[in-house]
Amino acid sequence: MLRLSLHRRRQLMPWIFLGPGLAWLIVFFLIPLVNQANVSLQTGDPETGYVFNWAFSTYTNAINDYSEHFIRSIGYSAAATVLCFVIAFPLAYFIAFKAGRFKNLMLLLIILPFFVSYVLRTVSWQLILADNGFVVDTLKTIGLVSEDGRLLATRTAVIAGITYNFLPFMALPLYVSLEKIDKRLIEAATDLYASRATAFRKITLPLALPGIFAGSLLTFIPACGDFVNAALLGTPRQYMIGNVIQNRYLYIQDYPTAAALSFILMTFILIGIFLYARVLGTRNLTEAAI
Amino acid sequence: MAVEAPPALGDATLQAARGPSARSRDNVRSWALGIWSALALLYLFIPIFVIVVFSFNDPAGRFNFTWEGFTLDHWKHPFANPDLALAMKNSFLIAGISTVIATALGTFMALALVRYGFRGRATVDFFVFLPLSTPEVVIGAALLALFLTMAVNTGFATIVIAHVMFTVSYVVVTVKARLEGMDRHIEEAAMDLGATEWTTFRKVTLPMIAPGVAAAALLAAAISVDDYVITKSSIEIAKPSRAALRIAGAISGSVTLRNVVHSFAPRSRAASSRWRSKPTRRAFTVTTT
Repeated sequence: MLRLSLHRRRQLMPWIFLGPGLAWLIVFFLIPLVNQANVSLQTGDPETGYVFNWAFSTYTNAINDYSEHFIRSIGYSAAATVLCFVIAFPLAYFIAFKAGRFKNLMLLLIILPFFVSYVLRTVSWQLILADNGFVVDTLKTIGLVSEDGRLLATRTAVIAGITYNFLPFMALPLYVSLEKIDKRLIEAATDLYASRATAFRKITLPLALPGIFAGSLLTFIPACGDFVNAALLGTPRQYMIGNVIQNRYLYIQDYPTAAALSFILMTFILIGIFLYARVLGTRNLTEAAI
Repeated sequence: MAVEAPPALGDATLQAARGPSARSRDNVRSWALGIWSALALLYLFIPIFVIVVFSFNDPAGRFNFTWEGFTLDHWKHPFANPDLALAMKNSFLIAGISTVIATALGTFMALALVRYGFRGRATVDFFVFLPLSTPEVVIGAALLALFLTMAVNTGFATIVIAHVMFTVSYVVVTVKARLEGMDRHIEEAAMDLGATEWTTFRKVTLPMIAPGVAAAALLAAAISVDDYVITKSSIEIAKPSRAALRIAGAISGSVTLRNVVHSFAPRSRAASSRWRSKPTRRAFTVTTT
């Protein structure tokens, strides 16, 4: 084997580590994506075919026509992400710090429901939230839902569905980052007369930030492109941008608009991630912690 | 970090010092956390219970929407339909293979991104995020276009390729969360003591990141199985449009979700009554229960 200087090896190592994965992503993700960028600038119709002619108007039209869906996607996904966090953080905290020997069992329980098909789970929610179902009847008796009110086909149902379907994506990264926190740091803080709340705020939460960051991205991003929940638990009035994109792709076969919408969505999401990373400042924080 | 802990006073002493009220508050807090966690897990299982219950239903017609009576019929011969059995086998096979590949690729990528400072790291970091931010529909359609233009026979291998491609980013993100802020000095100590890089990785780094890798693998497997069950069922039962079916056969279920959703709930007013006109409902239920 070739003997390289230590310095050269240090420089080469990351690329050896990255190589296979990066190659996979370039061939099977980047190249097809560039191809789609090309498609998004074509004009034509399904019968006569599409030709490339720098049709940027597709983008402006797409924004004008579907701004409502974009806003709805982002709003629903943001709401679902916050709900996921509220539900998953105590759960992840419990598993990381209190579950003891049940740790692995509980982790398995989190992931287990997700081995049942996504659509079927959502269909099951449809049955549960159905108009004459047990849940709606009970809520009507308590008075939480008005007599002619319903759960299915509302915004609430769609957001609840998204929350349900993306919960593990929040819970697992949270668990991972909480679990590695050195408990002695928290003990040290309480020894030094920090209250439990202060120790949590100053030690646990900052150290869990990478997990919070990862978890909310893994929840928010796929939720933005989701269409299953809106299609099954909502009505066209709750349709998100994912519904529009899939409809354009497969049924209307208007590939340029579908591709353009996808790129607009991706741009929104990436700007969002960038701002979010800035606000949380995860990298700086973790480096400070080391 | 990694400073030697101060000589432990012992939990009992500490607790005593903080007084009985603090202890009972801790207890209350623990209980509240425990109850919350139990409720959260229950929430995750509610729809599964419903599915299981309905697998014992004896539907009057072909459709499994209202409770008609108890039967074990559906459980007698779950694999009677050879297509469904094959679908099941394929799902687990594909999930297994693509999880192993994606976890390996992703873990190494995460290591490189966190452990090494190198030119282009920010770019790679960004690039790894891209597949996550791409709607699954787009990934699927784009990849199918690639396979078709390259005249690749779509099938088992192309599904594995697609699954690895869209799970690898999840692995990177999860493992990175574990690696970040982890004590580097332990690895340096191992190397100082004469361990090679490989030995250090095997004996020090890997055990330290193992929980993160395991969580990532679980996530990848869940995403993969989920997608594939849908892929397969939609090929068998849904016949919406030829083009859509071709996509269904070629790549990830992310694309084919649509077939299922749309064949079940055409322009979903979210009313189950619509679906009763579709003769596919039962097969689908059997697949996944």
